[in-house]
Amino acid sequence: MNALAARGVTKRYANHTALNQVDITVPEKTIYGLLGPNGAGKTTLIRIINQIINADEGEITLFGERLKPEHIGVIGYLPEERGLYKKLKVGEQLIYFARLKGLNQHDAMAKIKVWLDKFEIKDWWNKKVEDLSKGMAQKVQFISTVMHEPRLIILDEPFSGFDPVNAQLITDEILELKKKGSTIIFSTHRMETVEDLCDHIALINKSKQILEGTKKQVKAQYKSNTFSVSHKGTFSFSDPAFEVIEQRPVEDNFHQSTVKIRSTAGPNQLIQELTKVTEVHAFIEKVPTMSEIFITLVKGESHE
Amino acid sequence: MNKIWLIVQREFLNRVQKKSFLVATILLPLIFPALMAVLVYVAVEQKKNAKKEVILYIDESSYFKPDTAKFLFSPFTGSLEEGKKAFEASENFGLLYIPTFELAAPQGIKLFTKINPSPNDISDLEKVIANQVRDLKMIELHVDPEVLNKLKTVVNIESVKLSEGGQEKSSDSKVLFGVGMAGGILMYMFIFIYGAQIMQGIIEEKMSKVVEVIVSSVRPFQLMMGKIVGLASVGLLQFLIWIVLISTLSTVVLGFFGLQSPSQDMMQMNEQAQQVAAQGGTLALLNTLSQIPWTYVIVCFIFYFIGGYLLYGALFAAVGSAVDSPAEAQQFMFPITIPMLISYFGLFTFILEDPHGTISVWLSVIPLTSPIAMMGRIGFGVPDWQLALSMILLAGGFVLTTWFAARIYRVGILMHGTKVSYKVLAKWFLQKG
Repeated sequence: MNALAARGVTKRYANHTALNQVDITVPEKTIYGLLGPNGAGKTTLIRIINQIINADEGEITLFGERLKPEHIGVIGYLPEERGLYKKLKVGEQLIYFARLKGLNQHDAMAKIKVWLDKFEIKDWWNKKVEDLSKGMAQKVQFISTVMHEPRLIILDEPFSGFDPVNAQLITDEILELKKKGSTIIFSTHRMETVEDLCDHIALINKSKQILEGTKKQVKAQYKSNTFSVSHKGTFSFSDPAFEVIEQRPVEDNFHQSTVKIRSTAGPNQLIQELTKVTEVHAFIEKVPTMSEIFITLVKGESHE
Repeated sequence: MNKIWLIVQREFLNRVQKKSFLVATILLPLIFPALMAVLVYVAVEQKKNAKKEVILYIDESSYFKPDTAKFLFSPFTGSLEEGKKAFEASENFGLLYIPTFELAAPQGIKLFTKINPSPNDISDLEKVIANQVRDLKMIELHVDPEVLNKLKTVVNIESVKLSEGGQEKSSDSKVLFGVGMAGGILMYMFIFIYGAQIMQGIIEEKMSKVVEVIVSSVRPFQLMMGKIVGLASVGLLQFLIWIVLISTLSTVVLGFFGLQSPSQDMMQMNEQAQQVAAQGGTLALLNTLSQIPWTYVIVCFIFYFIGGYLLYGALFAAVGSAVDSPAEAQQFMFPITIPMLISYFGLFTFILEDPHGTISVWLSVIPLTSPIAMMGRIGFGVPDWQLALSMILLAGGFVLTTWFAARIYRVGILMHGTKVSYKVLAKWFLQKG
């Protein structure tokens, strides 16, 4: 089942269209990266999913049901612009948030205690948020997002402003939540995060979805059939099916080459060909990084 | 609905648990009567011990007979120039120069002073002289001085309000004036203080960026209403505590002064009859106070407080949602403060002067001004239909402003760092959800 499916979602403002016929499909129990440059419409889409604003057109289904007010309780949302009530105590604050999500006092208390235990911050219960350090407040903020055991967790730029220690802590928690069956949507432009964590991605640029699929599919789609080869001595191909794009010496007589297949030939044929002309020490396919794909697509669009 | 209730509770507890609330709620009713008591005491003492100012006078007309009710007069014989010199060297309040004049047209009377005299001082002096001139004219017309004395009468009109059942109620319009003024000012303060707190709360939520976290759990409208209603209940609680404290205190204080004030008056008045009259005055005051239908006034106050507060509270909320800092809020306060100021000045210039005049009636019916204006009128008795119309319009008014504010609020709270103008607000207002 899909955790989330958006079909033809459109949102227009007086002077611009924030989302234009956007489709995305988020399979259950995956980590889904929602990518795109600033102002592409990611936050608008996320706000529509959270029912903070309404779409002008299109349909959104959550776990097979049309989006409805009760869905607020199954979503955990960490907005990019986030904060806590400074004057409230940590415990009071978390209970308040949990109750707004629909939990009763008793359940809220029990679930919050589990999380405070986990992060070893039980004694913060009576501390006011304004007395916490920034890193401490970030932990509380994260707890407030996930304490009600949401089936869908939406994190908008989750690591911005988090120190590396907390970022790692949260990464670990996200992976564990996924293992427990939650679906996670990341909105980010930090490509390392996407590379490390995401199973699926979608790219939104200029209000439109221009790419969607599993990370593997996307990379396969954008790979350029180039390979990196370490070898002894220099060489060149006689067969026009293969081409040496770049060749540079490394040390002693070792060289590093970038080789491209110009035909339907597979990597095995390339290896065979290579062994004829040189002594191969290492051979690896050059797969584009998400960052490269992102830049290619976004730049390509803006050049049109 | 359940979520609004949660927000109301949260906002209520947040404020009530603060020390400042406790201090304001308990100390204010103590401070005000205490301040008033001190002022009254000082005023009474001052009156008792006040030395009358001395005025030198040069009377060339020989008509002037010093009247010592307000000033002490000391005659000076000599020319005006000499008089001026003597006056400058003295500590006296003024130098009154009365040249010879025709009784028919007294002219050329001058008062020299070192500081500008108050209009009251001048008119008092004018009255003294005018009275004497009138008496002189009477004598010239051969009116017996005996008759003249008999002509002087002091009239005190006791106003009595006939209510529909034919019951007589004595109503002292000065007391009603005081009640109206106090009610109007209290309303003005309440709306401003609590309205500003809504605005401040919303700006804080925006500044601490907690607002988007909250609106992912509740509708923006629920958050706004929860905040408005939560603060309203704090205001009501505070008001009710004040009523209880003030009525307890004033019973004690009035009881004390009720016995005390006639004996103080006695020092200044030696005539038996006046003492009785003074006691009657105090009794009349207590009588009027006790005949004001307090329950009716308080119930009306609570209704207009809730209505007026919700009406303005929604506007304050809209302003708070549109800006990023309290300083920025200033530019949008204009549409809120103008009707408030109109009602405030209307209270003094029209309503308390003429509670049943056309302007007063309109001010107390139009929703933006009615909360303050009606409080000014309520003690004087308002026809039922006017009260009903005013209440219905107020209820309609707050539904309208709440709807209006909610449309701006839902967009405004999610905006950061936008330069907001009235044009931008209009755009937000028209924007689809």
